[in-house]
Order: sequence, then structure tokens, then C-alpha cells
Amino acid sequence: MNTQIEDKGAVVLIEVHEDRLDAHNSGELKTLMLGLFDEGKNNMIIDLKDVRFVDSSGLGSLVSGFKNASARNGNLKLSGLQPQVRSMFELTRLHRVFEIFPDAEEALTSF
Amino acid sequence: MSDNFEIDIKVPNQTRYLSLIGKIGEDIANTIRRYCGDRLDLAYQVNLVLTEAMSNAIQHAPGASGEEHQIHINIAIINDNLHIKVYDRGQGFDPSALPEPDAKGLEEGGRGIFIIQSIMDSVTCHKDNGGHVIEMIKYLP
Repeated sequence: MNTQIEDKGAVVLIEVHEDRLDAHNSGELKTLMLGLFDEGKNNMIIDLKDVRFVDSSGLGSLVSGFKNASARNGNLKLSGLQPQVRSMFELTRLHRVFEIFPDAEEALTSF
Repeated sequence: MSDNFEIDIKVPNQTRYLSLIGKIGEDIANTIRRYCGDRLDLAYQVNLVLTEAMSNAIQHAPGASGEEHQIHINIAIINDNLHIKVYDRGQGFDPSALPEPDAKGLEEGGRGIFIIQSIMDSVTCHKDNGGHVIEMIKYLP
């Protein structure tokens, strides 16, 4: 999976540079997040501005990250959702679970 | 003039083919001439339904015997309606028995069939030749 990880003080920004987040690559994102949790990095922003397509596995990996962050008194927030990706969160009601921001900068200032 | 057509695809039951099948679905959505709705939405939905149904088939395929199975997908436009069938060697499922995902949304899995049912107008699953087929229809305005 093509990602860029940046330390932003107390928050880690993960930019997903993939066209799709689906059953083929969502396990990699989950593993990546677990590695960061193991390093004690419990506040994350997942930036999805490059992601055009998300399926239920992709959503599941983000829910996994959110639950892990919450269990460690951290938070996982999302940014840069394209309109059709956003509609997936609305269909599955996950927009009520995640804090979603237009871009990574706004997500960062919310911590 | 009739726009009816039918495409048969067989691919190995590997997730690396999800993107290919999804893109074929998008292209088909863009090929349907008489469609009055939002075409971008339709393309995303067809991509999504194919991805979910194929993922489900891969996930529930028989165990790791070393034998490679194929997923068979049939996509057809019949009388302006979209018909999708995904054949697999798995155990099948009863679409009517699946609950809606919890509104609190903290389960990691279990959204695939819910998503398919939300998008398609008819979803059925039945036995076929030693495996199962999930059959989905969307009525196109």
C-alpha cells in the first residue's frame, strides 16, 4: 500500500495514496496502524483525499483503527473524503462515529 | 433499438482482481445509453456491488487446499435493467436473515451484504452446480 506517514507533534498523519481502499489492501492499512499504536502513537489522522473508492473492508479497517485509538485514550480522525467516499460513510452511518474534516490541516488543529 | 448485452468473466479468486472487476462495472454503467439518473453514482454503485459480492465469494470459498478456484461473474443489461450474478464455491447465505449493521457502527465487518441490499432492488442467493450464486438486479430509470 502506498502511504505517506508524517509525525505532526502528538498526532500522526497517514496519507493514503491509493485509488482504492478495499479488501485487497485494507489489511495493510490495519497492520500499519497497529504498528503505530505499538509505538505509543494513539492520535491519528487518515487522509483519504487520493482515495476514490472505499468498500466495506476499507471501512472495517478504519473502524478497527478508531476502536484501537479510543481504547488507548487517543483518537482517529478522517480528512479529505471525496463525495462518493463520504456517501459510503453516510450509507453505513459511520459519519456519526468518525470526526470528518475537509482537509488534514483542519483535522490537525482539532486535536 | 435494444441495448441488451451480456458479459461473462472468470477470474482467480484473489482480491487483486477486485479493482479490475470494479472498473469493468464502471465502464458498463457508462455504456448504458438510456439512463436518467446520476451516472457517476451508478458507476460507483456497480463498482461497489461487484467488489462486495466478489469479496464475499473469495472470503467464503473452500479452505486452503492448494487448489485454485475461479470466481464467475455474469453482468447483463436486459430490458434496461442491470443483472449481476456472482457464482462461487462457498456456502451461500440468506440475504433476508442478515441484520442491519449496528447504528453505533463499531463492528469491523458485516457491512458488505447490507451495502449490496441498499443499492440493488433485488438480491437472492441460491444453490447452483455444487456452489452458490448471488443474483442481484437494479431497475434503471
